[in-house]
Amino acid sequence: MDEENRNKPLVNIKNLKKHFIKKPSFLGKTLLKQKKTVLKAVDGVDLDIHQGETIGLVGESGCGKTTFGRTIVNLYKPTSGNITYKGINIRDIKEENMKTFRQAVQIIFQNPYSSLNPRKTVGDILSVPLKNRGITDKTEREVKIGKLLNRVGLAPRHISSYPHQFSGGQRQRIGIARALAVQPEFIVADEPVSALDVSVQAQIINLLQELQEEYNLTYLFIAHDLSVIHYVSDRVAVMYLGKVVEIAETNELFNNSLHPYTKALLSAIPTVDRKKRQDRIILEGTVPTPVDIPSGCRFKTRCFMKKDKICDVEEPKFIDIGNGHKVACHLYR
Amino acid sequence: MSVHKNINQILPNDLHVTKTKLVLKNFKDFLKKLKKHPSALIGAILLIIYVTISIFAPFIALHDPKKTNLNIKMKPAVWNGGEWTYPFGTDQLGRDIFSRIIYGARVSLLVGFITVMISIIIGTFLGCIAGYYMGRLDAYVSRFADLLLAFPFLIFSIGAMAMLGPGFWNLIFALSFKSWVEFFRLVRGEVLAEKTKEYVEAAKVLGMKDIQIIVSEILPNIVHSILVLGTLRIGYLIIMEASLSYLGLGIPPSIPAWGSMIEGGRDYMFNAHWISTYPGVVLVILVLAINMFGEGLRDILDPRLKLE
Repeated sequence: MDEENRNKPLVNIKNLKKHFIKKPSFLGKTLLKQKKTVLKAVDGVDLDIHQGETIGLVGESGCGKTTFGRTIVNLYKPTSGNITYKGINIRDIKEENMKTFRQAVQIIFQNPYSSLNPRKTVGDILSVPLKNRGITDKTEREVKIGKLLNRVGLAPRHISSYPHQFSGGQRQRIGIARALAVQPEFIVADEPVSALDVSVQAQIINLLQELQEEYNLTYLFIAHDLSVIHYVSDRVAVMYLGKVVEIAETNELFNNSLHPYTKALLSAIPTVDRKKRQDRIILEGTVPTPVDIPSGCRFKTRCFMKKDKICDVEEPKFIDIGNGHKVACHLYR
Repeated sequence: MSVHKNINQILPNDLHVTKTKLVLKNFKDFLKKLKKHPSALIGAILLIIYVTISIFAPFIALHDPKKTNLNIKMKPAVWNGGEWTYPFGTDQLGRDIFSRIIYGARVSLLVGFITVMISIIIGTFLGCIAGYYMGRLDAYVSRFADLLLAFPFLIFSIGAMAMLGPGFWNLIFALSFKSWVEFFRLVRGEVLAEKTKEYVEAAKVLGMKDIQIIVSEILPNIVHSILVLGTLRIGYLIIMEASLSYLGLGIPPSIPAWGSMIEGGRDYMFNAHWISTYPGVVLVILVLAINMFGEGLRDILDPRLKLE
């Protein structure tokens, strides 16, 4: 890879928005005077993802992490903004070329119990991506499935088993094998370990890291578990109410967090140190609903460092304060 | 050749063999579960008897079901003091009730089965499309379905049959016209629930087409519910057929049908009850058998209900 390509991001996301619009029914509109509601799940995210890196995405539930991940793999059509993959805007990909994109970008789901079709054998599940890759010969497919299963730590004899015969961790391995089967370059891992117990979490994370080295994969790793994020990520992005509020290299973020939300989030990591426990920042109130996002800074309602009027009026810009550490807060203008 | 060598190293046994074995194993499991479910088993056995009898009706019937003979009219059944030549007695025109019941089973089963098949095809097709794509088509079809549901089935079919006139295919048309709605609503709801599951999203990300997703991912997961509803609806439709025939609006009188047989004996209820009673008893047993089997099927096919 030449120098120029190295600096170009694999995925470039600019001002990505995904709004879910709920229109009232005809009767609701006329009789109850209901109005159109707009749920701003993802509300203007900028992010560059480079080849071979793992970006961790954290945030509390309902902040739009999952919607963001699904918009990137084109499960949801973005409301506005651009996603460019290798310099090509996803919007411009024509139907016939969509297959190539689909094969390059895959997703691993959170819930290993609903992500596998209960009526299909492992062989059937893994045949689909292989067929899409153009492997029509049945024996060849079976050999490939055997190898895939071996690679993710299952035995080839599992080919004719059904998903319910496996444990959660094994099911997640099948999900990983399915994503791998199309030889992707970029994988969105949507909380791949949060439904598993801790010992299995470690196995799956190690598997994902091995695969990353082996196939030069790029991950967007969505999680709410900060210790997992710390372990896997090269860079970490913190999301709050549909927007990335801070991004930095993992160590930089964990040691030198700037945004008050990140500070609060990091102080919530369980610790045995009594002193640290006393320093814990406890945020007041709950997350505002994404239907009605506060004006100005979206974190102002819970912010413990809120200073002057500007927080109420102006939405902070997402600025680089050096070394790729970006933050959206008026404290760091 | 090398590929085959490879596969022998990797796979302990051939996939094709295991697949057929699997189907067989599933069927055996099904039979095993059926044995543990007495009411379903009784229902299944009765159903098999009914189907066999109606298939081999010409060999089992003792007399021509349409042949009238006024000399032997209203002979009682054997246990009412009649003869073995006419085991269930004869009707007001001297026709053998036993033979007519056997031929009548054909009509009942055929009407029930064909109508359910047509309803399943229409209901599943529309339900899949409406549930998967939602939007305007879903709104239109759903409102039309609501409209049909607002009519009582019997009143609706009486009206339809009065317009179309009696006849086998007219009856099937009139019944299908309303009974697809049940399947539509079931399938639509199930598709709505299934399509939000992550395996469907995974299929989308892998680049599967919508039609492939519906047919090969979603449908196998809801086929059991369709099967159960279908079985239960057969019983209901058989009753509808009998009711319409009773009113003279279903099967034309030239074809023996249970409903019209019951109606034929109405005027003789006090001196020759058997003309109405036996077709009625046979009808009740059939519908009961279907319902028992259908409900057993639901228990057996639902993996959440473990049978002990």
